[in-house]
Amino acid sequence: MSNITYQSEFAVIPKGKTASPLIKNIIPGKSKKTDSIKSAIINSELKDGMTISFHHHFRSGDYVLNDVLEIISEMGYKDLILASSSLSDIHEPLIKHINSGVIKEIHTSGLRGKLAQEISEGVMDNPVIIRSHGGRARAIEAGDIKIDVAFIGVPSTDDYGNANGQNGQAVCGSLGYALVDAKHADHVVLITDHLVEYPNTPASISQKNVDQVVVVDRIGASERIASGATRFTKNPKELLIAKNASEMIINSPYFKDGFSFQTGSGGSSLAVTRFLREAMIKENIKASFALGGITKPMVELHEEGLIKQLFDVQSFDLDAAKSISDNKNHHEIDASLYANPHNKGCMTNQLNVVILSALEIDTSFNVNVITGSDGKFMGASGGHCDTAACADLTVIVAPLIRGRIPTVVKAVDTIITPGTSVDILVTERGIAINPKRTDLVECFKDSTLNIIPIETLENMANQIVGPKKPIEHTEKIVGLVEYRDGSIIDVIRAVKS
Amino acid sequence: MEKLRRTMMYVPGNNPAMLADAHVYGADSIMFDLEDSVALSEKDSARLLVYQMIKNRQSNTELVVRINGLDSEHGKKDIEAMVRAGVDVIRLPKTDTAQDVKDVEAIIEKVEEQIGRPIGSTLMMAAIETPLGIINAYQVATASNRLIGIAIGAEDFVTSMKTNRSKVGVELLSARSQLVIAARAAGIAALDTVFSDVEDDETFRREVNLIKQLGFDGKSVINPRQIDLVHHIYKPTDAEINYAKQIMLAIEEANEKGSGVISVGGKMVDKPIVERAMRVLELAGLSGGEHE
Repeated sequence: MSNITYQSEFAVIPKGKTASPLIKNIIPGKSKKTDSIKSAIINSELKDGMTISFHHHFRSGDYVLNDVLEIISEMGYKDLILASSSLSDIHEPLIKHINSGVIKEIHTSGLRGKLAQEISEGVMDNPVIIRSHGGRARAIEAGDIKIDVAFIGVPSTDDYGNANGQNGQAVCGSLGYALVDAKHADHVVLITDHLVEYPNTPASISQKNVDQVVVVDRIGASERIASGATRFTKNPKELLIAKNASEMIINSPYFKDGFSFQTGSGGSSLAVTRFLREAMIKENIKASFALGGITKPMVELHEEGLIKQLFDVQSFDLDAAKSISDNKNHHEIDASLYANPHNKGCMTNQLNVVILSALEIDTSFNVNVITGSDGKFMGASGGHCDTAACADLTVIVAPLIRGRIPTVVKAVDTIITPGTSVDILVTERGIAINPKRTDLVECFKDSTLNIIPIETLENMANQIVGPKKPIEHTEKIVGLVEYRDGSIIDVIRAVKS
Repeated sequence: MEKLRRTMMYVPGNNPAMLADAHVYGADSIMFDLEDSVALSEKDSARLLVYQMIKNRQSNTELVVRINGLDSEHGKKDIEAMVRAGVDVIRLPKTDTAQDVKDVEAIIEKVEEQIGRPIGSTLMMAAIETPLGIINAYQVATASNRLIGIAIGAEDFVTSMKTNRSKVGVELLSARSQLVIAARAAGIAALDTVFSDVEDDETFRREVNLIKQLGFDGKSVINPRQIDLVHHIYKPTDAEINYAKQIMLAIEEANEKGSGVISVGGKMVDKPIVERAMRVLELAGLSGGEHE
């Protein structure tokens, strides 16, 4: 991690060479199969203070991280650095490993549930490092995160380490985040509950990067990994926001044949896909590609011929996971190709339109997707700042208020994405265009849509639910928010409990 | 231009979040309900909530309140509070006779006098929900100058008729026809009943097409998702708009030439055709110029 303070989206120029894993050989006849996680840990020569990594493709159905850490804890390890691509509510047992000194530092995209609460209240001595998906890939390739041992849960593998996420009991589709770990960790342990005959194809993770293969009973709860299809929202407010957002996109200069786009998996974002579909058919427009987290609606547009190619770093539902196997133009990509700002061109650089959500957005268009109205961790950085920085048009979709909590505020609690990356905010009560985008202001000057200054939206929210309640923080820093380029864009302080 | 009443969206009077958001969905009118959707134990709190919502209205959308009947202890209190709040329209439930309208009007007028609100500025509409009401529809529709429309409430009506609602709606055909005739004879709006299965878009569309063809001005809706469907059906087609434009153009030309007889496409254009053309262009204009 660097000590540079964030300046602007593309201010940091990388220097030096990319980090490499150790050179190793495996001679013919030597097996990679290990009988237990414990043996694999012993074989990996893991030591106190080292860095271990995990991925979050199993979301809240993940068993791997908890199982491995339980054994690591029993074996008496201390002061490990945990570098997971993200963490969810299922990882609550981490609290005890933090308290017992097994884990001294955490690098992640997000935190949820009880773990998020405890860390927000200051259970750790060291701050958690929050990174975007592109930022994590950058940190690994730059050597900022040096993974000593990667524990990678894989839905299927052969005994020589050719693995993918497309078959088995815990199908998750793309293994995009884990692919970076597999290529850069000094020691790679694959953990599976579905061992298949050699050679397993397609090999998302290649045997040439894998040290050991361990078979366990279950790596995840399939119903919590990708539980069927992502459903379209029926929530009228989400639909209204989606309709307005798609109107803005359709009437922007970027909606033309060959355009590219990405959406989040929230209700409004997904519904935008549906409204775009209608306009694409009507105006005979086809998208060249869609990127990022792939969902059923995207797959349907692809199968209809409306999106030519899908580039999938994370499959959000079973239909998307299945589509990787079925559709030859649905490609699995790693997080570096997806969004690492310090390689020779990530795919977000080619993105025209992205639709993103927000927990909070302020009158400078800065977006918070990590801390809640109580100042505690509750979300994830994800690909938010990566896509917003690169896309020609970044649209934020959010309700003006959630319950009694305003979404549009004077100043966000935590900045994940700087306002200079954000072009349009769409709420159910009005649409705000970032005034720095004079071209868009001009483009929509005669629009019949309700386009108003963001300050007006903030006032409206104020009138309905009152001003945002100030959060009482202590001096203790519990989180450092790293921008995708490695600079520090914000800090998160502990909340007075 | 005549006020459009294609959609009147029901919002339960005891749900603050729904009351606050109601105006964002683009319904022509919003109806805050103090009657059937509010439990007896919440009548007072709902009245207070709706009062505050109207006092602090956030948009220009027409606000209608469905009050409790005068036969309950809440009806009079509802009227007093709503007139004071500045409601646009009071909607009477279960209106059977002209006297029902007059009774409510008397209370409204009294409150208007008390607070110095212009007499007659509180408008009214009446929901007809019984066979007796249908028989009396014209008398009801002409009972007060404040009336802007009459509406049919189907659920109670079909129960009284010893039948139930079907997807085809044959059980309501006669009542709907009588109601729309009465409204037209009185020169006020006719509004259709709600369609409560929000998952069944197909039957909903069929019903809206039917009531549009019968001549209704619009329909009560219970979910914001139904609004666009109704507006879409009420939106004139490109062909209708083009024909209407041709007629208006022909009139202009005829006026310039001083010619009395107008024909478009070989057909003579008479007064009803001109009125229909004007109505089409009016509806098209309010649909946001999507056909341009």
